[in-house]
Amino acid sequence: MSEYLVNIEHERLSFFTPAGEVKALNDVSIRIREGEVLGIVGESGSGKSVTAYSLMGLTAYPGKLLGGTLDFNGHRINDMTEKQMQKIRGNEVSIIFQDPMTSLNPVFTIGNQIREVLKLHTDKSKSEIQDRARELLQLVGINEPDRRLKQYPHELSGGMRQRVMIAIALACEPKLLIADEPTTALDVTIQAQILELMMELKDKLGMAIMMITHDLGVVASMCDHIAVMYAGNIVEYGETDDIFYNPKHEYTKGLLRSIPRMDSKEHERLVPIEGTPVDLLNPPKGCPFASRCDQCMRICLREKAPVTHFGETHYSTCWMNQKAELEGGKRQ
Amino acid sequence: MAKYIVKRIGLAIVTIWVVATLTFFLMNFVPGGPFLSEKAVSPKAMAALEEKYGLDKPLWEQYVTYMTDALHGDFGASLKQRGRTVMSIITSKFPVSARVGGLAVLAAFCIGVPLGCFSAMNRGKALDSFIIVVATFGIAVPSFVVGTVLMYVFSVRLGWVSSLGLKNWTNYILPVTALAFYPTAYITRLMRSSMLDVLGQDYMRTARAKGLNQIISLFKHALRNAILPVVTYMGPLLAYTVTGSFIVEKIFTIPGLGGEFIGSISNRDYTVIMGTTIFLASLIVLMNVVVDIAYKLIDPRIKLK
Amino acid sequence: MKDNPNPLSFQSRLNPDDFFPASSEEKESLVIMRESVGFWRDGMRRFRKNKIAMVSLVIVILIMIFSFIVPIFYPYTYEQQVKGSNNLAPMTYSEEEQARIDAGESVFPHILGTDKLGRDYAIRVMMGSRISLIVGLVAAFIILVIGSVFGSVAAFFGGWVDLIMMRLVDIIYTVPDVLLIVLLSFALKAPLETLSMQPGFGWIRTLGPNLISIFIVFALLYWVGMARMVRGQILALKESEYVTAARALGASSARIIRKHLLTNCIGTLIVMTTLQIPSSIFTESFLSFLGLGVAVPMPSLGSLASEALNGINTYPYLLFIPAGLISLIILSFNLLGDGLRDAFDPKMKN
Repeated sequence: MSEYLVNIEHERLSFFTPAGEVKALNDVSIRIREGEVLGIVGESGSGKSVTAYSLMGLTAYPGKLLGGTLDFNGHRINDMTEKQMQKIRGNEVSIIFQDPMTSLNPVFTIGNQIREVLKLHTDKSKSEIQDRARELLQLVGINEPDRRLKQYPHELSGGMRQRVMIAIALACEPKLLIADEPTTALDVTIQAQILELMMELKDKLGMAIMMITHDLGVVASMCDHIAVMYAGNIVEYGETDDIFYNPKHEYTKGLLRSIPRMDSKEHERLVPIEGTPVDLLNPPKGCPFASRCDQCMRICLREKAPVTHFGETHYSTCWMNQKAELEGGKRQ
Repeated sequence: MAKYIVKRIGLAIVTIWVVATLTFFLMNFVPGGPFLSEKAVSPKAMAALEEKYGLDKPLWEQYVTYMTDALHGDFGASLKQRGRTVMSIITSKFPVSARVGGLAVLAAFCIGVPLGCFSAMNRGKALDSFIIVVATFGIAVPSFVVGTVLMYVFSVRLGWVSSLGLKNWTNYILPVTALAFYPTAYITRLMRSSMLDVLGQDYMRTARAKGLNQIISLFKHALRNAILPVVTYMGPLLAYTVTGSFIVEKIFTIPGLGGEFIGSISNRDYTVIMGTTIFLASLIVLMNVVVDIAYKLIDPRIKLK
Repeated sequence: MKDNPNPLSFQSRLNPDDFFPASSEEKESLVIMRESVGFWRDGMRRFRKNKIAMVSLVIVILIMIFSFIVPIFYPYTYEQQVKGSNNLAPMTYSEEEQARIDAGESVFPHILGTDKLGRDYAIRVMMGSRISLIVGLVAAFIILVIGSVFGSVAAFFGGWVDLIMMRLVDIIYTVPDVLLIVLLSFALKAPLETLSMQPGFGWIRTLGPNLISIFIVFALLYWVGMARMVRGQILALKESEYVTAARALGASSARIIRKHLLTNCIGTLIVMTTLQIPSSIFTESFLSFLGLGVAVPMPSLGSLASEALNGINTYPYLLFIPAGLISLIILSFNLLGDGLRDAFDPKMKN
């Protein structure tokens, strides 16, 4: 077994739509150690969710893995059959989706939906399963578990439903929990509660978390490492502090400028990132962020930037790094 | 639930009453009458006949009399079929139509639902396209065409089954097939599109993420949600089909309620028209209540008001 | 730095010029904007790509040409009884016609044979399709108008107006339609005939009172489905957030109706109407089969099929031709409607 729980290397994935090939992932590499929290940040369509789903073998219909290797917990996901994947899903790796309103089946009780996953992956007896379901609801902070188990999803609030989703995800004590924008559809106060709950459970159960979000605020407090994605590429990767205090890609810098900071001075304005995301049907041949970048140089339009490492884990793909090195080299 | 059912039954009675009243007056306003077609009837004899059945009285009086009797379960005697009550006509003809129609609806449900599911799960593949084309063709062929072609091929040309009457079980095959043709195609299309809708829902993704295999997630999670539109369609379908299709009964010479109904309309057999209309309307209304309750049982989100 | 094995190797290929800021023109050249297409153009593009729908459209047009244009040039008429040519098989001639051919005259062949009264079957089938198509189109139009007006009024006013209007729809749903059709066609026969005697109403006789009764029945009964649909659609739209947003921005009711409700409904209306055409043709053929359709000698596909039923053992093709044609027309309109729905229904975009 390798030292990493998750090791995705050079993954390329496209959706073959009637309009043409949509290159959703271009050379994505991600590593997560056991018990570690990785945040994947990026705007809509940058490939965050696609990466996570492909790790679970849940790539939606016209999508196709074109290259790279995906390893998880000693399994080579690329080579696994659907049947083998079914044994892992919900058991070794679980996922929480963005919208708790639609992610639970409206026609079954909460209890039914929690018990289902236990029945599938454990050989506990009926009463043990019922006890475990009750225990899970208590674990995620739901009172009166016996009454809740008999209720239907529509009788619960959004925050409550997301807690149920977490309970389902944690039922078999997975090694990895994928959280796909778990708080986006919730009220701000509930968001904080859910995140706190997730961190608490992580410490209790020792699982790794892949936290997908477009909210830098969320990742700052929770994550050990952060991957910044743009247009199907990882443009910067590093420890949380590296990303926040020493960003090396213009997109990361832009993201940081666009959120309010506790230490910002009065009247300091937030700077939005202008422009629109690239069209993945015809991705540009240079840097995907070039058209929106303030520092855009001629080379950026022509060629993709090479990876520059700044330490053990921190790396980024931006021509500005090359420029800095070039200038540094001259000075030497 | 009980309160809801009481309320629905109350509403149903009002609907049936409105339909009965509407039919009664419309039927009487239409020129002609039950005894006009019988040429040999002298004006005197006709007056006697009309007096016998109370048709000489003012319309509203006839209406009140009819409604009072109907409330007591007395739907009167047929004006044209001497010596038969409307009740006896319905009770003798309905079981025949109900058997053929019930079998047809059952067949349509048992074939249409799996076919629709199968088609949706294989979306975009050759088999799916084949099923859609066949189902679209199925809703495009009128039942009299299906009926006559079936009769021509299997009974006239091949001589496999007799086309007349319902003497043994083989006689049921052709009429049931003819009746089931359209609803099967319709249910297949309905099931397919509703299944496609459900398969795209987030909770289906959750089911897969739990590690359920396709078959279980289809049967447990998708089917119960996807079947709702089919249930809605089944109510009126069942009501209309068990009361008999005039066309299929005519083609296969089945002595059913459908033929009786059309016959009574063209004969102006007022009491039979009223009786069968009230019977059919009650059945439809009843089916709608059954559908609503079935809906509630399938989907807990539905609140019965 | 020099020990670092990585990117400095690029230096050799790169010159400092590459690191000058790119001008905004250079940046703009990079942004390939996909053409933004509107609702209609986008829908039409998808519609044209749908092969099945395009084939159906071609079939519908062909059938229209055959039923509306070809009969004008056809040497026989639908009520013309050719003497001695009863029950001819397709492409055969009667003795009399054979004699004329032998004498050097040219006689137009009976492509589909003749019926028992010696009428050319091909022209009768064409006229029959014409009647069926007219019924389908006119009925669909009537249903569209009544159904959408009724449904939108119920949805707009809401409250008890809606309640009463929808009860009415329920009742119409419950009345056996055959009963109303039969009674109405009896009831309307006499008044329509009297009316057709009046100057200016001669067209009633041309159409036949039965055909008009059929239209009236459609107008009375079959709009309820459309009304329910439109009501549901408008109720949903009324509650939708973009309508609330438009209202909050101060858009007038007229503008909301025109800009938001109508444009959002119109796709569904077109599709519903297209799918209504086959179902009206279906009903007409059913009525003709019951003997309640168009008046003789005018044929419709349904009445042709029902007449042929009596002689099915001897002349099965007399049944199969009109029956096949009804099925083909209904099938093409259905597939066309499905194609339109796939192209214009926003929910179907994927």
